[in-house]
Parts: sequence; C-alpha cells; structure tokens
Amino acid sequence: MAAKPKLRRRIWTTALGWLAAGILFFPIFWMVLTSFKTEVEAIAIPPKLFFQPTLENYSTINDRTDYFSFALNSVLISVGSTLLALLFAVPAAYAMAFFPTKRTKGTLLWMLSTKMLPPVGVLVPIYLIFRNLSLLDTRIGLTIIYTLINLPIVVWMIYTFFKDVPKDILEAGRMDGASTRQEVFQVLLPLALPGIASTGLLAIILSWNEAFWSLNLTTTNAAPLTTFIASFSSPQGLFWAQLSAASSLAIAPILIFGWLSQRQLVRGLTFGAVK
Amino acid sequence: MRQFRFAKVVAAFLVGILLVQLHACSGGSQANRKTTLTIATVNNNDMVIMQDLSKEFEQANPDTNLKWVVLEENVLRQRVTNDIANKGGQFDVMTIGTYETPIWAKQNWLVPFNNLPAEYDVNDILAPVRDALSYEGKLYALPFYAESSMLYYRKDLFQKAGITVPEQPTYDQVAQWAPKIHDPQNGVYGICLRGKPGWGENMAFFTTLVNTFGGKWFDTNWQPALNSPQWKEALTYYVDLLGQYGPPGVSSNGFNENLALFSTGKCGMWIDATVAAGKLADPKSSQVADTVGFSRAPIASYPNGSNWLWAWSLAVPASTKSPEAAQKFVEWATSKPYVQLVAQKQGWVAAPPGTRKSTYANADYKKAAPFANIVLKSIESADPSKPTADPVPYKGVQFVAIPEFQALGTQVGQTVASALTKQVSVDQALQQAQTEAEQTMKRSGYIK
Repeated sequence: MAAKPKLRRRIWTTALGWLAAGILFFPIFWMVLTSFKTEVEAIAIPPKLFFQPTLENYSTINDRTDYFSFALNSVLISVGSTLLALLFAVPAAYAMAFFPTKRTKGTLLWMLSTKMLPPVGVLVPIYLIFRNLSLLDTRIGLTIIYTLINLPIVVWMIYTFFKDVPKDILEAGRMDGASTRQEVFQVLLPLALPGIASTGLLAIILSWNEAFWSLNLTTTNAAPLTTFIASFSSPQGLFWAQLSAASSLAIAPILIFGWLSQRQLVRGLTFGAVK
Repeated sequence: MRQFRFAKVVAAFLVGILLVQLHACSGGSQANRKTTLTIATVNNNDMVIMQDLSKEFEQANPDTNLKWVVLEENVLRQRVTNDIANKGGQFDVMTIGTYETPIWAKQNWLVPFNNLPAEYDVNDILAPVRDALSYEGKLYALPFYAESSMLYYRKDLFQKAGITVPEQPTYDQVAQWAPKIHDPQNGVYGICLRGKPGWGENMAFFTTLVNTFGGKWFDTNWQPALNSPQWKEALTYYVDLLGQYGPPGVSSNGFNENLALFSTGKCGMWIDATVAAGKLADPKSSQVADTVGFSRAPIASYPNGSNWLWAWSLAVPASTKSPEAAQKFVEWATSKPYVQLVAQKQGWVAAPPGTRKSTYANADYKKAAPFANIVLKSIESADPSKPTADPVPYKGVQFVAIPEFQALGTQVGQTVASALTKQVSVDQALQQAQTEAEQTMKRSGYIK
C-alpha cells in the first residue's frame, strides 16, 4: 500500500521535471529548427513544424563571415579570462575564508558592489584607457576586461566553497608540517575542486555570453561570437532563419562543452549541500 | 601529486594563450605593409551586397585589404559615435545617415570630399540627398542608398472594395479607406503603421504626419511647439486610426514587424520606407508580391514634409590613419560603375536606390522596379531645409538635426506610444511631451 503514493509522487515529479526541462529547452529547439527553414517559412503563421530542411542559411553565413576566427577568439578570451580570474580569486578567497579580519565582510560586499554599476557608465573612461594603451580590438584587452568583470563573482563563489571546508582538516595538515603551498595545493584545492570547477564553468559561460564590452571594444581582430551574432541581426528585412543559424553556430561550442562537463557542474552546485 | 598536475595544466594553458596573443600581435605588424581599411556598416541587404562585391575592389586595389564590422542600426550608431567622439580610430569608413552627417561635420569629425574626380559626376546625385549630406557647402558623406516614405496598399482588396488609389492620396482618404478594408476576422487589418517607440521608429513616421498637418517641433526661437493644435490633430488622427483599424499589439511594431505583417498579407495599407518596395515586390520574400500597390505618402493640409528623406551614406572619420584609401573606397562604392556592377551581378531590382539620376534614367531599372517613378518623385519632393509649413531653425524632415534629438525623440516617442495604448489621453500626452522638450532645450541652452 505504501508503495503506491510513493510511485505516484515519483511519476508526478518526473513529469514536472520533464515539463520544466521542455519549457527551458523549447526556445533553443525552435531556434535550431528555424535555422533549417527558408526565410518565408520562418515567418509563416501558423508556424511550420514539418518542412523541407535547407542548409542555405549556414552556407550564406559561411560565405559572409569567418566563423572559426570568431569562435577561436571566444574560446581564447573566455577560457583565458576564467583562468586568470581563478588565479587571483583562489588566493584572495583563501585569505578571506581562513584568515578573516574585521574588514573581510566589508571587502567582500564592496567587491560585489562593482557588479551593480551599469557597464555603460564606465564605457567612455575604459574606451579612452584602452585607446591610450592600444588595447582596442585586442584579445588581451578583452581578456583583462572579462577577468575584472567576473572576479567578484568568482571570489564570492570560491569563498563560499572554501568556507565549507572544515578548518580542522587544514589544521591537521599544518600539524603534520605542511607549508602554506602544500596546504593549499594538496589539502584545500582537491577538497574544493568540484566547487572551483563549477565556478570556472560559470565564468566561462558568462564571458562567452558577454555582449556589451565585446561589441564596444573590438572591431575585427579580437571579435568573439557575440559580435558574430550581432552582425546577423538586422532592422531591415527578414533574416530570422539566418539569425537562428548564426545563433545556433554561436552556442554550439559552449553547449557541447556544457554537456561534457555536466557532471562536474551538478556536483559543484550541490557541493556543500551534501555533507 | 595530482593536484600539482592541475596547477601545471593551468599554467601551461595560460602560457599557451599568451603565445597565441603574441603571435597575433607580431602577425599584425607584418601585415601592416598593406593598408587595412575597417568598414563599419549596417546589416541591410544593400550593404550585404556591397560586402560581397567589395572583392572586386580588393582585386583592383591589391594594396588595400578590407575588414568589415556589420551591426544592427542602433548598435552601430552607438558604437561609431563612441569611437568618433573619443577619437578611438577603430574605423576608416563609417556608415552614417543624414542625421549624423551635418552634426559630425560641424564637430570636425569627418574628412570632407573636396577632390571628387570628374568621372564621379557629383551632380548626378539627387539634389535633396546631396544637400542633406553637406555642411557649409562641402560634402561630408557620399550616399550609398537613399529612401523616402510611401504608401503601400493591397490592390486586390482595394479592387474588391471598389476604391482606386490616386498617385497622391490624402490622409482624409486613408481614414475613409481603412474601415472598408478592415477585416480582422479574416486576418486583415485596415492599416499598419509604426508604433514602436524610438526617434527612428514611430517618431520618423509621426513627425511626417505632424509636418503635413502643419505642425513643427520648434519655432524659430527653439521654443518647443508640441502642445500646438496641429500636434493635437495629428496625434488624435494617429491614435484613432491605428487604434480602430490597426493590428493588435501595434505599439511594438517597427519597420521590421510591419514588413512581416504586410508581406504575409495582414495589412490593407502601410506607410513606410521606400526600401520596402523591393522586398514586397519580390516573391521570394513576400506573399503579396503580385498584389502590392504603390503610391505617394498621403498628405494633409501642407504637402511638404509628408514624406521623409534618409540616406545611408559612407563617411571617412577624421581619426583614420589612411584617409586617401578610405575615400577611394567610398567613391568606388557610391559610383556609377558600382550601380552597374550590382545590376550585372544581382539584377537591376537590387541596384542601390535613391541616389543617382542615372539609375532612374535607365530603362532596365525602370522595367525591373515598377515603383521607381514613385520613389524618385518622393525623394525629389522631400525638402529637409523646408520640412514644415512655418519656418523652423532646424534641418531634417523626420528628425531635427541637433545632437539632443536622439534622446528627446525617443522620449516623446514613448509618450506618443502611451497615448496610442490609451494609457494617457492625447492632451495629457502632448502636455507631457511639451514639458519634456522644454526641459531638454533648457538644459542644452537653446532657450532660457
């Protein structure tokens, strides 16, 4: 008797889970579907679910732009900025989590407050600095900007992950004569690795999707995929199918990357919850 | 030792990225012997064709290398304005309109075209377009394509209702026709117009409506005139017509949305940019290609200013490192041979419209574009220096060519949209718009 309500509940939650996933995934599915339609089919009302698929949009995009140079820039800039951010954030979070002072809380909040400023507010000063340092339209310039943008979030996340590591373990390490470096690399990092990995993934995704600075600070040499998509959005004429194809191409690498690292991500997000 | 390996992997990746970056830098300096021109342009069909055909320019000029930044209109405007105002020097050729050209020329941000060769035939460019791109007698940008506004209607529906559309209709007639065509049960709305707020969206159309109703933005002392009886008449007309016979959700419709509606047969009439004509007449992109009719933009009491003038043009910013090569490209892309080249590769219907008399004198073009005559008349009748019934201190038909107008136009556009959605009354909206305009003009020092 007891098994029945349990089973029913499981069916319900499974159905709900699938429904939520379906709703979340539907726009992406529709975008990919639209990318194989012709422009007239793309705006047809009622929308067509079955049609003769065409690769026309992809070949137009291939003719007009060099997808791989944009994709390479996206990979280099987002991965580079994430690694750079981790490089700064791990020591910072280590200090704040295990050796807090009375200013630690304030510092953390202050770091977060920089995220509250609308980016357009500092566009002109940053543009001028970049112009004077010849960083406009360079990958290094964009990497630096993304590192700085993501640093507060990365520090916060790693700080909370470090907070979950019991101090006693570190102390035990120190008792055994571990140096600070050994303590961080051999005790702390392995324990917090899932958390760091998921933080890194989040930072990569945030950099991947960032469109304001990439549009404003690059022209051609360092332009990532966000500029690539922007070049297919048009106010004159109907290019929905083409835009869908461009967007599908732009999200493909990060989507594949996300699938591959799904387990890490889920482990990282629930890390600390299960202890 | 696993954890050390992790650190090593990270370090190796960082070094790798650094090497790629350095390599890119050194590669850049080697390629510098060639002149590289970075061209910023909008993602409109004519520009896409230009990007495609520019390979021929590169072949003819092997020492020049072209790089393209293609963006949506509003993004591009913000991007190039930021660059030119801060002297970023990121672009060698910029695509700008009739609004920016006189303002930027005044700031000395653009290189004037002083030495156009004789074969360029500058007098072949339509006079209103040439004037709109000049400042103090000098040309600061060359027109790539130009547009005015006109009326599109469904010939089949009008025939069924027994209406013949004259070449020059009036707004009274439009108001009489709309209810006869309006048939929402069968998915046809009497009229589609722009309702999406923005200085280049609803206000482009609405300003032409105000002009032809005899109104204006400012009097000769820069005093805003938005609470005048003419504005009230125009706004009442717009709200009533579009509210009763427009499609649902009209306040989110801009050019693109209306193009989609009209080309799928949902609109009886549509007053908008002449560039839509080519798209509506093309069976590949339009379901009403056989039945679309063309006519001049309707007028009310004052004929001037009822149809706008806009020219997407190419200009060379003063911050470029290679002004000569850049100007050479601009001359090529706006020349007579370029029009011929487009016709040869894409057919005459794709030829850039609205810029050159020679295009409209061409029999092949007239045959390919049945709307050519109306477009030419519309552009020739648009007069940016005298857009209103009363004298005004500004230039521009559907805009006021002052830097403050972008923000003000969009703000008033939002107020007009709120009247359209009946959130506020016509009187309240105009009072609010007048206050907004007065504040802007006071802040900028035009009035005290």
